[in-house]
Amino acid sequence: MIDIEQLTKIYNVHRKEVVGVDHVSLSIQSGEIFGIIGHSGAGKSTLLRCINLLERPTSGRIIVDDTDITALSGAALREARLKIGMIFQQFCLIRSKTVFENIAFALRAAGKTKTEIETRVHELLEMVGLLDKRDAYPSQLSGGQKQRVGIARALANNPTVLLCDEATSALDPATTSSILQLLKQINRELGITIVVITHEMEVIKEICDRVAVMQNGRIVEIGRVYDLFTQPQQPLTRSFVEHVLRLDVPERLLQARTGTLVRILFQGPAAEQAILSDTLQTFRVRGNILHGKIEYINDTPLGVLLLELSGDEQEVERAIRYMAERTKGVEVIDRAA
Amino acid sequence: MPLETLAPELLKAFWDTLYMVGISLLAAVIAGLPLGVLLFVTDRGLFWENKPLQTILGFLINIVRSIPFIILLVALLPLTKLLVGTTIGPTAAAVSLSVAATPFFARIVETALREVDKGVIEAATAVGATPWMIIKDVLLSDALPGIIHGLTITAISLIGYSAMAGIVGGGGVGDLAIRFGYYRYDNTVMITTIIILLCLVQVVQFVGDSIARWIDKR
Ligand SMILES: Nc1ncnc2c1ncn2[C@@H]1O[C@H](COP(=O)(O)OP(=O)(O)OP(=O)(O)O)[C@@H](O)[C@H]1O
Ligand SMILES: [Mg+2]
Repeated sequence: MIDIEQLTKIYNVHRKEVVGVDHVSLSIQSGEIFGIIGHSGAGKSTLLRCINLLERPTSGRIIVDDTDITALSGAALREARLKIGMIFQQFCLIRSKTVFENIAFALRAAGKTKTEIETRVHELLEMVGLLDKRDAYPSQLSGGQKQRVGIARALANNPTVLLCDEATSALDPATTSSILQLLKQINRELGITIVVITHEMEVIKEICDRVAVMQNGRIVEIGRVYDLFTQPQQPLTRSFVEHVLRLDVPERLLQARTGTLVRILFQGPAAEQAILSDTLQTFRVRGNILHGKIEYINDTPLGVLLLELSGDEQEVERAIRYMAERTKGVEVIDRAA
Repeated sequence: MPLETLAPELLKAFWDTLYMVGISLLAAVIAGLPLGVLLFVTDRGLFWENKPLQTILGFLINIVRSIPFIILLVALLPLTKLLVGTTIGPTAAAVSLSVAATPFFARIVETALREVDKGVIEAATAVGATPWMIIKDVLLSDALPGIIHGLTITAISLIGYSAMAGIVGGGGVGDLAIRFGYYRYDNTVMITTIIILLCLVQVVQFVGDSIARWIDKR
Protein backbone atom coordinates (compact mmCIF):
# COMPACT_ATOMS: atom_id res chain seq x y z
CA MET A 1 0.00 0.00 0.00
CA ILE A 2 2.54 2.56 1.16
CA ASP A 3 6.14 1.53 0.66
CA ILE A 4 8.82 3.84 1.95
CA GLU A 5 12.32 2.98 0.83
CA GLN A 6 15.42 4.51 2.35
CA LEU A 7 13.75 7.85 2.86
CA THR A 8 16.01 10.70 3.93
CA LYS A 9 15.12 14.35 4.36
CA ILE A 10 17.83 16.86 5.15
CA TYR A 11 17.04 20.53 5.77
CA ASN A 12 19.56 23.26 5.14
CA VAL A 13 19.23 25.83 7.87
CA HIS A 14 21.76 28.66 7.67
CA ARG A 15 24.13 26.46 5.66
CA LYS A 16 23.95 23.79 8.34
CA GLU A 17 22.38 20.41 7.72
CA VAL A 18 19.50 19.35 9.93
CA VAL A 19 18.41 15.75 9.53
CA GLY A 20 14.63 15.42 9.59
CA VAL A 21 14.30 11.80 8.50
CA ASP A 22 17.24 9.43 8.33
CA HIS A 23 17.12 6.39 6.01
CA VAL A 24 13.67 5.19 6.97
CA SER A 25 12.21 2.13 5.28
CA LEU A 26 8.67 1.17 6.09
CA SER A 27 5.83 -0.82 4.64
CA ILE A 28 2.26 0.07 5.55
CA GLN A 29 -0.40 -2.52 4.70
CA SER A 30 -3.64 -1.77 2.93
CA GLY A 31 -6.51 -1.19 5.36
CA GLU A 32 -4.48 -0.91 8.55
CA ILE A 33 -4.25 1.96 11.00
CA PHE A 34 -0.56 2.61 11.35
CA GLY A 35 0.80 4.77 14.14
CA ILE A 36 4.05 6.68 14.36
CA ILE A 37 5.04 7.85 17.83
CA GLY A 38 8.01 9.86 19.01
CA HIS A 39 8.97 12.92 20.99
CA SER A 40 9.01 16.42 19.54
CA GLY A 41 11.56 16.79 16.75
CA ALA A 42 11.80 13.04 16.12
CA GLY A 43 10.87 13.57 12.47
CA LYS A 44 7.30 12.27 12.50
CA SER A 45 5.76 15.20 10.64
CA THR A 46 8.58 15.28 8.13
CA LEU A 47 8.08 11.58 7.37
CA LEU A 48 4.32 11.98 7.03
CA ARG A 49 4.58 15.09 4.86
CA CYS A 50 6.88 13.25 2.48
CA ILE A 51 4.10 10.76 1.76
CA ASN A 52 2.06 13.40 -0.11
CA LEU A 53 5.16 15.31 -1.11
CA LEU A 54 4.36 18.43 0.90
CA GLU A 55 8.01 17.89 1.67
CA ARG A 56 10.31 16.64 -1.08
CA PRO A 57 12.62 13.90 0.20
CA THR A 58 16.36 14.45 -0.20
CA SER A 59 16.65 10.81 -1.24
CA GLY A 60 14.64 7.61 -1.20
CA ARG A 61 11.36 6.53 -2.74
CA ILE A 62 7.74 6.46 -1.65
CA ILE A 63 5.29 4.22 -3.40
CA VAL A 64 1.59 4.70 -2.78
CA ASP A 65 -0.84 2.36 -4.55
CA ASP A 66 1.87 1.21 -6.99
CA THR A 67 2.69 4.80 -7.96
CA ASP A 68 6.12 6.22 -7.25
CA ILE A 69 5.02 9.52 -5.67
CA THR A 70 8.55 10.89 -5.59
CA ALA A 71 8.70 10.80 -9.40
CA LEU A 72 5.64 13.02 -9.81
CA SER A 73 5.22 16.75 -10.22
CA GLY A 74 2.70 19.26 -11.55
CA ALA A 75 -0.68 17.96 -12.67
CA ALA A 76 0.26 14.31 -12.10
CA LEU A 77 1.18 15.08 -8.50
CA ARG A 78 -2.08 16.98 -7.94
CA GLU A 79 -3.95 14.00 -9.37
CA ALA A 80 -2.17 11.64 -6.95
CA ARG A 81 -2.88 13.95 -4.02
CA LEU A 82 -6.62 13.63 -4.62
CA LYS A 83 -6.26 10.04 -3.42
CA ILE A 84 -4.24 10.93 -0.30
CA GLY A 85 -6.27 12.79 2.32
CA MET A 86 -4.62 14.69 5.14
CA ILE A 87 -5.80 16.24 8.41
CA PHE A 88 -3.88 18.61 10.65
CA GLN A 89 -3.46 19.48 14.31
CA GLN A 90 -4.58 23.06 13.66
CA PHE A 91 -7.42 21.92 11.33
CA CYS A 92 -6.28 24.42 8.64
CA LEU A 93 -9.65 25.42 7.24
CA ILE A 94 -10.12 28.45 5.00
CA ARG A 95 -11.53 30.86 7.53
CA SER A 96 -13.30 33.12 5.03
CA LYS A 97 -15.29 30.18 3.69
CA THR A 98 -18.19 28.23 5.13
CA VAL A 99 -18.11 24.56 6.05
CA PHE A 100 -19.78 23.77 2.74
CA GLU A 101 -17.30 25.85 0.72
CA ASN A 102 -14.32 24.34 2.54
CA ILE A 103 -15.36 20.82 1.61
CA ALA A 104 -16.46 21.90 -1.88
CA PHE A 105 -12.96 23.31 -2.41
CA ALA A 106 -11.51 19.80 -2.38
CA LEU A 107 -14.14 18.59 -4.84
CA ARG A 108 -13.53 21.51 -7.17
CA ALA A 109 -9.85 20.57 -7.13
CA ALA A 110 -10.97 17.24 -8.60
CA GLY A 111 -13.03 19.04 -11.26
CA LYS A 112 -16.43 17.93 -10.00
CA THR A 113 -19.60 19.60 -11.26
CA LYS A 114 -21.89 21.73 -9.12
CA THR A 115 -24.51 19.02 -8.65
CA GLU A 116 -21.90 16.36 -7.88
CA ILE A 117 -20.45 18.71 -5.27
CA GLU A 118 -23.84 19.35 -3.67
CA THR A 119 -24.57 15.63 -3.24
CA ARG A 120 -21.10 14.67 -2.10
CA VAL A 121 -20.83 17.46 0.51
CA HIS A 122 -24.20 16.41 1.89
CA GLU A 123 -23.00 12.79 2.19
CA LEU A 124 -19.78 13.86 3.88
CA LEU A 125 -21.51 16.18 6.35
CA GLU A 126 -23.86 13.38 7.24
CA MET A 127 -20.95 11.03 7.83
CA VAL A 128 -19.12 13.41 10.16
CA GLY A 129 -22.36 14.51 11.84
CA LEU A 130 -22.32 18.19 10.88
CA LEU A 131 -25.35 18.61 8.63
CA ASP A 132 -26.60 21.53 10.73
CA LYS A 133 -23.28 23.40 10.41
CA ARG A 134 -23.29 23.49 6.61
CA ASP A 135 -23.28 27.29 6.38
CA ALA A 136 -21.26 28.09 9.49
CA TYR A 137 -17.82 29.70 9.30
CA PRO A 138 -14.87 27.93 10.97
CA SER A 139 -14.73 30.59 13.69
CA GLN A 140 -18.21 29.54 14.76
CA LEU A 141 -17.18 25.90 15.33
CA SER A 142 -15.59 24.08 18.26
CA GLY A 143 -12.22 22.36 17.83
CA GLY A 144 -13.84 18.96 17.44
CA GLN A 145 -16.27 20.27 14.84
CA LYS A 146 -13.43 21.92 12.90
CA GLN A 147 -11.57 18.63 12.82
CA ARG A 148 -14.69 16.90 11.53
CA VAL A 149 -14.80 19.41 8.69
CA GLY A 150 -11.10 18.68 8.12
CA ILE A 151 -11.90 14.97 7.93
CA ALA A 152 -14.79 15.57 5.53
CA ARG A 153 -12.53 17.65 3.29
CA ALA A 154 -9.81 14.99 3.39
CA LEU A 155 -12.26 12.24 2.43
CA ALA A 156 -14.06 14.26 -0.25
CA ASN A 157 -12.42 12.58 -3.24
CA ASN A 158 -12.57 9.02 -1.85
CA PRO A 159 -8.89 8.71 -1.00
CA THR A 160 -7.25 5.36 -0.33
CA VAL A 161 -4.99 6.82 2.35
CA LEU A 162 -5.64 9.27 5.18
CA LEU A 163 -2.67 10.99 6.82
CA CYS A 164 -3.24 12.43 10.31
CA ASP A 165 -0.66 14.81 11.76
CA GLU A 166 -1.37 15.13 15.50
CA ALA A 167 -5.04 15.31 14.58
CA THR A 168 -6.23 15.23 18.19
CA SER A 169 -3.44 17.07 19.99
CA ALA A 170 -5.37 20.34 20.14
CA LEU A 171 -8.52 18.70 21.52
CA ASP A 172 -9.76 17.82 25.01
CA PRO A 173 -9.91 14.12 26.04
CA ALA A 174 -13.62 13.60 25.33
CA THR A 175 -13.39 15.25 21.89
CA THR A 176 -10.18 13.34 21.18
CA SER A 177 -11.98 10.12 21.88
CA SER A 178 -14.89 10.97 19.57
CA ILE A 179 -12.55 11.93 16.73
CA LEU A 180 -10.58 8.69 17.21
CA GLN A 181 -13.81 6.69 17.08
CA LEU A 182 -14.72 8.48 13.85
CA LEU A 183 -11.32 7.61 12.34
CA LYS A 184 -11.78 3.99 13.38
CA GLN A 185 -15.24 3.93 11.80
CA ILE A 186 -13.85 5.43 8.57
CA ASN A 187 -11.14 2.77 8.52
CA ARG A 188 -13.60 -0.07 9.05
CA GLU A 189 -16.44 1.09 6.82
CA LEU A 190 -14.50 2.62 3.95
CA GLY A 191 -11.40 0.47 4.20
CA ILE A 192 -9.15 3.53 4.09
CA THR A 193 -5.56 3.04 5.21
CA ILE A 194 -4.81 5.51 7.99
CA VAL A 195 -1.41 6.78 9.11
CA VAL A 196 -1.53 8.47 12.50
CA ILE A 197 1.22 10.58 14.01
CA THR A 198 1.19 11.34 17.71
CA HIS A 199 3.29 11.79 20.81
CA GLU A 200 0.58 10.21 22.95
CA MET A 201 0.59 6.45 23.49
CA GLU A 202 -3.12 6.67 24.40
CA VAL A 203 -3.91 7.52 20.78
CA ILE A 204 -1.87 4.55 19.55
CA LYS A 205 -3.53 2.27 22.08
CA GLU A 206 -6.97 3.46 21.11
CA ILE A 207 -6.94 2.92 17.35
CA CYS A 208 -3.69 1.60 15.87
CA ASP A 209 -2.96 -1.89 14.62
CA ARG A 210 0.78 -1.39 14.26
CA VAL A 211 3.12 1.29 15.47
CA ALA A 212 6.61 2.59 14.70
CA VAL A 213 8.62 4.39 17.35
CA MET A 214 10.74 7.23 15.99
CA GLN A 215 13.80 8.88 17.49
CA ASN A 216 16.27 11.26 15.84
CA GLY A 217 14.80 10.69 12.38
CA ARG A 218 15.01 6.92 12.60
CA ILE A 219 12.57 4.15 13.38
CA VAL A 220 13.91 2.43 16.48
CA GLU A 221 11.15 -0.12 16.96
CA ILE A 222 8.16 -1.32 15.00
CA GLY A 223 5.50 -3.93 15.62
CA ARG A 224 1.94 -4.76 16.58
CA VAL A 225 0.68 -2.39 19.26
CA TYR A 226 -0.10 -5.19 21.69
CA ASP A 227 3.38 -6.65 21.33
CA LEU A 228 5.00 -3.32 21.95
CA PHE A 229 2.92 -2.88 25.08
CA THR A 230 3.80 -6.27 26.46
CA GLN A 231 7.36 -6.65 25.21
CA PRO A 232 8.91 -3.25 24.54
CA GLN A 233 12.52 -3.66 23.41
CA GLN A 234 13.87 -0.13 23.36
CA PRO A 235 14.09 2.19 26.39
CA LEU A 236 12.11 4.83 24.49
CA THR A 237 9.30 2.38 23.73
CA ARG A 238 9.32 1.28 27.36
CA SER A 239 8.95 4.86 28.55
CA PHE A 240 5.97 5.43 26.25
CA VAL A 241 4.36 2.19 27.45
CA GLU A 242 5.11 2.93 31.10
CA HIS A 243 3.30 6.18 30.70
CA VAL A 244 0.07 4.32 29.97
CA LEU A 245 0.53 1.40 32.36
CA ARG A 246 1.98 3.38 35.25
CA LEU A 247 0.34 2.81 38.62
CA ASP A 248 0.81 5.55 41.16
CA VAL A 249 0.30 4.54 44.77
CA PRO A 250 0.23 7.14 47.55
CA GLU A 251 3.46 7.31 49.54
CA ARG A 252 1.52 6.73 52.77
CA LEU A 253 0.40 3.28 51.61
CA LEU A 254 3.87 2.29 50.49
CA GLN A 255 5.34 3.23 53.85
CA ALA A 256 2.73 1.31 55.82
CA ARG A 257 3.52 -1.78 53.72
CA THR A 258 5.08 -4.83 55.40
CA GLY A 259 4.87 -7.55 52.72
CA THR A 260 6.56 -8.02 49.33
CA LEU A 261 5.45 -5.65 46.59
CA VAL A 262 4.99 -7.19 43.13
CA ARG A 263 3.75 -5.84 39.85
CA ILE A 264 1.95 -8.33 37.67
CA LEU A 265 1.27 -7.91 33.97
CA PHE A 266 -1.60 -10.02 32.71
CA GLN A 267 -1.62 -10.39 28.98
CA GLY A 268 -3.57 -12.30 26.42
CA PRO A 269 -5.32 -15.35 27.83
CA ALA A 270 -3.80 -14.82 31.29
CA ALA A 271 -5.78 -11.63 31.65
CA GLU A 272 -8.98 -13.60 31.35
CA GLN A 273 -8.11 -16.32 33.90
CA ALA A 274 -8.57 -16.30 37.65
CA ILE A 275 -4.84 -16.48 38.36
CA LEU A 276 -4.95 -14.29 41.43
CA SER A 277 -7.58 -16.29 43.27
CA ASP A 278 -5.84 -19.56 42.26
CA THR A 279 -2.64 -18.25 43.82
CA LEU A 280 -4.22 -17.15 47.02
CA GLN A 281 -6.01 -20.48 47.41
CA THR A 282 -2.98 -22.62 46.58
CA PHE A 283 -0.42 -20.90 48.81
CA ARG A 284 -0.61 -19.79 52.39
CA VAL A 285 -0.14 -16.13 51.57
CA ARG A 286 -2.30 -13.07 51.94
CA GLY A 287 -2.69 -10.69 49.04
CA ASN A 288 -3.54 -7.05 49.24
CA ILE A 289 -4.30 -5.23 46.00
CA LEU A 290 -2.86 -1.72 46.09
CA HIS A 291 -3.65 -0.68 42.57
CA GLY A 292 -4.66 -2.17 39.24
CA LYS A 293 -6.14 -1.55 35.84
CA ILE A 294 -7.02 -3.27 32.63
CA GLU A 295 -6.36 -1.69 29.24
CA TYR A 296 -7.98 -3.02 26.12
CA ILE A 297 -5.69 -2.91 23.11
CA ASN A 298 -7.36 -3.96 19.88
CA ASP A 299 -9.98 -5.62 22.08
CA THR A 300 -7.36 -7.75 23.83
CA PRO A 301 -7.12 -7.10 27.56
CA LEU A 302 -3.84 -6.15 29.21
CA GLY A 303 -3.97 -5.95 32.99
CA VAL A 304 -1.51 -4.52 35.50
CA LEU A 305 -1.82 -5.18 39.20
CA LEU A 306 0.18 -3.91 42.13
CA LEU A 307 0.00 -6.55 44.82
CA GLU A 308 1.35 -6.78 48.33
CA LEU A 309 2.02 -10.39 49.40
CA SER A 310 2.58 -11.25 53.02
CA GLY A 311 3.07 -14.47 54.94
CA ASP A 312 5.86 -17.02 55.26
CA GLU A 313 8.90 -15.94 53.23
CA GLN A 314 9.24 -19.24 51.31
CA GLU A 315 5.54 -19.43 50.66
CA VAL A 316 5.62 -15.92 49.17
CA GLU A 317 8.55 -16.96 46.95
CA ARG A 318 6.63 -19.98 45.68
CA ALA A 319 3.53 -17.90 45.05
CA ILE A 320 5.57 -15.42 43.02
CA ARG A 321 7.15 -18.22 40.99
CA TYR A 322 3.71 -19.72 40.34
CA MET A 323 2.30 -16.43 39.11
CA ALA A 324 5.40 -15.78 37.01
CA GLU A 325 4.88 -19.09 35.24
CA ARG A 326 1.28 -18.38 34.45
CA THR A 327 1.60 -14.72 33.46
CA LYS A 328 5.23 -14.31 32.32
CA GLY A 329 5.14 -10.79 33.68
CA VAL A 330 5.85 -10.61 37.40
CA GLU A 331 8.21 -7.98 38.66
CA VAL A 332 9.24 -7.83 42.33
CA ILE A 333 9.36 -4.16 43.14
CA ASP A 334 10.33 -4.40 46.79
CA ARG A 335 10.99 -7.33 49.18
CA ALA A 336 9.32 -7.65 52.54
CA ALA A 337 10.84 -5.36 55.13
CA MET B 1 -12.56 85.12 -2.40
CA PRO B 2 -16.32 85.51 -2.11
CA LEU B 3 -18.33 82.37 -1.53
CA GLU B 4 -20.28 82.65 -4.82
CA THR B 5 -17.09 82.26 -6.86
CA LEU B 6 -15.51 79.81 -4.42
CA ALA B 7 -18.36 77.29 -4.46
CA PRO B 8 -18.18 76.27 -8.16
CA GLU B 9 -14.35 76.26 -8.02
CA LEU B 10 -14.49 73.99 -5.00
CA LEU B 11 -17.00 71.64 -6.56
CA LYS B 12 -14.87 71.23 -9.67
CA ALA B 13 -11.76 70.74 -7.56
CA PHE B 14 -13.53 68.14 -5.46
CA TRP B 15 -14.54 66.10 -8.52
CA ASP B 16 -11.04 66.43 -9.92
CA THR B 17 -9.60 64.99 -6.72
CA LEU B 18 -12.05 62.10 -6.75
CA TYR B 19 -11.24 61.48 -10.41
CA MET B 20 -7.46 61.44 -9.90
CA VAL B 21 -7.62 59.29 -6.78
CA GLY B 22 -10.18 56.98 -8.38
CA ILE B 23 -8.11 56.39 -11.53
CA SER B 24 -4.90 55.76 -9.63
CA LEU B 25 -6.64 53.51 -7.11
CA LEU B 26 -7.98 51.48 -10.02
CA ALA B 27 -4.49 51.28 -11.49
CA ALA B 28 -3.13 50.19 -8.10
CA VAL B 29 -5.63 47.34 -7.96
CA ILE B 30 -5.16 46.27 -11.57
CA ALA B 31 -1.36 46.34 -11.48
CA GLY B 32 -0.46 46.29 -7.78
CA LEU B 33 -2.63 43.36 -6.75
CA PRO B 34 -1.10 40.82 -9.18
CA LEU B 35 2.33 42.23 -8.40
CA GLY B 36 1.77 41.74 -4.67
CA VAL B 37 0.52 38.19 -5.24
CA LEU B 38 3.55 37.46 -7.44
CA LEU B 39 5.90 38.80 -4.75
CA PHE B 40 4.30 36.46 -2.25
CA VAL B 41 4.02 33.23 -4.23
CA THR B 42 7.58 33.44 -5.55
CA ASP B 43 8.83 33.40 -1.97
CA ARG B 44 10.66 30.44 -0.44
CA GLY B 45 8.61 27.33 0.10
CA LEU B 46 5.66 28.45 -1.99
CA PHE B 47 4.38 26.94 -5.19
CA TRP B 48 6.02 29.38 -7.62
CA GLU B 49 9.21 29.76 -5.63
CA ASN B 50 11.57 31.85 -7.75
CA LYS B 51 14.21 33.75 -5.85
CA PRO B 52 15.69 35.72 -8.80
CA LEU B 53 12.29 36.93 -10.01
CA GLN B 54 11.29 37.89 -6.49
CA THR B 55 14.51 39.80 -5.89
CA ILE B 56 14.23 41.73 -9.15
CA LEU B 57 10.57 42.59 -8.56
CA GLY B 58 11.25 43.67 -5.00
CA PHE B 59 14.15 45.83 -6.15
CA LEU B 60 12.11 47.60 -8.84
CA ILE B 61 9.32 48.25 -6.37
CA ASN B 62 11.75 49.66 -3.85
CA ILE B 63 13.26 52.00 -6.43
CA VAL B 64 9.91 53.58 -7.25
CA ARG B 65 8.96 53.72 -3.60
CA SER B 66 12.16 55.42 -2.53
CA ILE B 67 11.78 58.30 -4.99
CA PRO B 68 10.03 61.27 -3.31
CA PHE B 69 6.66 61.75 -5.01
CA ILE B 70 7.39 65.34 -6.01
CA ILE B 71 10.46 64.17 -7.94
CA LEU B 72 8.62 61.25 -9.47
CA LEU B 73 5.99 63.70 -10.62
CA VAL B 74 8.52 65.78 -12.53
CA ALA B 75 10.49 62.80 -13.77
CA LEU B 76 7.37 61.24 -15.24
CA LEU B 77 6.38 64.31 -17.25
CA PRO B 78 7.70 62.87 -20.56
CA LEU B 79 5.86 59.59 -19.95
CA THR B 80 2.71 61.49 -19.07
CA LYS B 81 2.97 63.51 -22.25
CA LEU B 82 3.39 60.32 -24.22
CA LEU B 83 0.45 58.56 -22.58
CA VAL B 84 -2.21 61.26 -22.33
CA GLY B 85 -0.87 63.96 -24.65
CA THR B 86 -0.63 66.66 -22.01
CA THR B 87 1.20 67.31 -18.74
CA ILE B 88 -1.45 69.41 -17.01
CA GLY B 89 -4.87 68.57 -15.68
CA PRO B 90 -6.20 65.75 -13.51
CA THR B 91 -5.72 63.05 -16.14
CA ALA B 92 -2.04 63.90 -16.40
CA ALA B 93 -1.69 63.91 -12.63
CA ALA B 94 -3.39 60.49 -12.47
CA VAL B 95 -0.49 58.98 -14.44
CA SER B 96 2.16 59.74 -11.85
CA LEU B 97 -0.26 59.00 -9.02
CA SER B 98 -0.85 55.55 -10.54
CA VAL B 99 2.87 54.91 -10.84
CA ALA B 100 3.35 55.83 -7.18
CA ALA B 101 0.30 53.90 -5.95
CA THR B 102 1.05 50.61 -7.71
CA PRO B 103 4.22 49.55 -5.85
CA PHE B 104 2.83 50.96 -2.61
CA PHE B 105 -0.26 48.80 -2.88
CA ALA B 106 1.75 45.79 -4.10
CA ARG B 107 3.75 45.80 -0.85
CA ILE B 108 0.58 46.13 1.18
CA VAL B 109 -0.95 43.14 -0.62
CA GLU B 110 2.21 41.12 -0.03
CA THR B 111 2.09 41.94 3.69
CA ALA B 112 -1.61 41.03 3.89
CA LEU B 113 -0.90 37.67 2.20
CA ARG B 114 1.83 36.90 4.72
CA GLU B 115 -0.85 36.96 7.39
CA VAL B 116 -2.58 33.98 5.78
CA ASP B 117 -1.98 30.81 7.77
CA LYS B 118 0.72 28.72 6.05
CA GLY B 119 -1.06 25.59 7.23
CA VAL B 120 -4.17 26.48 5.22
CA ILE B 121 -2.07 26.90 2.06
CA GLU B 122 -0.56 23.48 2.75
CA ALA B 123 -3.94 21.92 3.37
CA ALA B 124 -5.10 23.28 0.02
CA THR B 125 -1.97 21.92 -1.66
CA ALA B 126 -2.50 18.53 -0.03
CA VAL B 127 -6.05 18.41 -1.35
CA GLY B 128 -4.71 18.66 -4.91
CA ALA B 129 -5.72 22.27 -5.63
CA THR B 130 -4.14 24.15 -8.53
CA PRO B 131 -2.03 27.27 -7.86
CA TRP B 132 -4.81 29.40 -9.32
CA MET B 133 -7.36 27.90 -6.91
CA ILE B 134 -5.02 28.52 -4.01
CA ILE B 135 -4.48 32.15 -5.02
CA LYS B 136 -8.16 32.85 -5.56
CA ASP B 137 -9.87 30.79 -2.85
CA VAL B 138 -7.26 30.69 -0.12
CA LEU B 139 -4.85 33.62 -0.40
CA LEU B 140 -7.07 36.39 -1.71
CA SER B 141 -10.11 35.12 0.14
CA ASP B 142 -8.51 34.90 3.58
CA ALA B 143 -6.44 38.09 3.10
CA LEU B 144 -9.34 40.15 1.77
CA PRO B 145 -10.00 42.12 5.00
CA GLY B 146 -6.29 43.02 5.14
CA ILE B 147 -6.28 43.97 1.45
CA ILE B 148 -9.32 46.23 1.93
CA HIS B 149 -7.53 47.90 4.84
CA GLY B 150 -4.53 48.36 2.58
CA LEU B 151 -6.71 49.85 -0.13
CA THR B 152 -8.05 52.36 2.39
CA ILE B 153 -4.52 53.37 3.37
CA THR B 154 -3.57 53.67 -0.31
CA ALA B 155 -6.62 55.85 -1.04
CA ILE B 156 -5.83 58.18 1.85
CA SER B 157 -2.18 58.48 0.83
CA LEU B 158 -3.33 59.25 -2.71
CA ILE B 159 -5.55 62.07 -1.47
CA GLY B 160 -2.44 63.58 0.11
CA TYR B 161 -0.30 63.01 -2.98
CA SER B 162 -2.98 64.50 -5.22
CA ALA B 163 -2.47 67.82 -3.46
CA MET B 164 1.16 67.76 -4.57
CA ALA B 165 0.05 66.99 -8.09
CA GLY B 166 -1.43 70.47 -8.03
CA ILE B 167 2.08 71.83 -8.33
CA VAL B 168 2.31 70.65 -11.92
CA GLY B 169 -1.17 71.96 -12.60
CA GLY B 170 -3.00 68.78 -11.72
CA GLY B 171 -6.06 70.43 -10.28
CA GLY B 172 -8.10 69.15 -7.38
CA VAL B 173 -8.81 70.33 -3.85
CA GLY B 174 -5.17 70.37 -2.86
CA ASP B 175 -4.30 72.45 -5.89
CA LEU B 176 -6.95 74.97 -4.87
CA ALA B 177 -5.56 75.14 -1.37
CA ILE B 178 -2.08 75.85 -2.65
CA ARG B 179 -3.07 78.36 -5.33
CA PHE B 180 -5.49 80.46 -3.30
CA GLY B 181 -4.93 79.53 0.31
CA TYR B 182 -1.15 79.43 0.31
CA TYR B 183 0.09 81.78 -2.42
CA ARG B 184 -2.66 84.38 -1.91
CA TYR B 185 -3.01 84.08 1.86
CA ASP B 186 -6.76 83.44 1.53
CA ASN B 187 -7.69 81.85 4.85
CA THR B 188 -11.27 81.10 3.85
CA VAL B 189 -10.12 78.97 0.95
CA MET B 190 -7.40 77.37 3.05
CA ILE B 191 -9.72 76.36 5.87
CA THR B 192 -12.55 75.26 3.57
CA THR B 193 -10.26 73.00 1.55
CA ILE B 194 -8.72 71.52 4.66
CA ILE B 195 -12.18 70.72 5.99
CA ILE B 196 -13.14 69.14 2.69
CA LEU B 197 -9.99 67.00 2.60
CA LEU B 198 -10.53 66.04 6.24
CA CYS B 199 -14.10 64.94 5.53
CA LEU B 200 -12.97 63.02 2.47
CA VAL B 201 -10.30 61.16 4.44
CA GLN B 202 -12.77 60.40 7.23
CA VAL B 203 -15.36 59.06 4.81
CA VAL B 204 -12.80 56.86 3.01
CA GLN B 205 -11.53 55.52 6.32
CA PHE B 206 -15.03 54.82 7.58
CA VAL B 207 -16.17 53.09 4.41
CA GLY B 208 -12.94 51.05 4.22
CA ASP B 209 -13.16 49.94 7.84
CA SER B 210 -16.83 49.03 7.52
CA ILE B 211 -16.28 46.89 4.44
CA ALA B 212 -13.27 45.17 6.01
CA ARG B 213 -15.21 44.42 9.17
CA TRP B 214 -18.19 43.18 7.21
CA ILE B 215 -16.22 40.63 5.19
CA ASP B 216 -13.98 39.53 8.06
CA LYS B 217 -15.10 36.07 9.22
CA ARG B 218 -12.48 35.65 11.94
N1 LIG C 1 11.00 23.37 7.42
C1 LIG C 1 12.03 22.98 8.19
N2 LIG C 1 13.23 23.60 8.10
C2 LIG C 1 14.25 23.20 8.85
N3 LIG C 1 14.22 22.19 9.73
C3 LIG C 1 13.08 21.53 9.87
C4 LIG C 1 11.92 21.89 9.12
N4 LIG C 1 10.92 21.05 9.46
C5 LIG C 1 11.43 20.23 10.39
N5 LIG C 1 12.73 20.49 10.64
C6 LIG C 1 13.61 19.77 11.57
O1 LIG C 1 13.49 18.39 11.34
C7 LIG C 1 13.43 17.67 12.55
C8 LIG C 1 12.16 16.86 12.60
O2 LIG C 1 11.05 17.74 12.66
P1 LIG C 1 9.55 17.23 12.64
O3 LIG C 1 8.69 18.43 12.56
O4 LIG C 1 9.39 16.20 11.61
O5 LIG C 1 9.41 16.58 14.08
P2 LIG C 1 8.11 15.98 14.78
O6 LIG C 1 8.47 14.61 15.21
O7 LIG C 1 6.94 16.13 13.92
O8 LIG C 1 7.97 16.90 16.06
P3 LIG C 1 6.66 17.49 16.76
O9 LIG C 1 6.14 16.41 17.64
O10 LIG C 1 7.20 18.63 17.55
O11 LIG C 1 5.73 17.92 15.69
C9 LIG C 1 13.55 18.70 13.65
O12 LIG C 1 14.90 18.71 14.08
C10 LIG C 1 13.19 19.99 13.00
O13 LIG C 1 13.89 21.05 13.59
MG1 LIG D 1 5.08 17.31 14.04
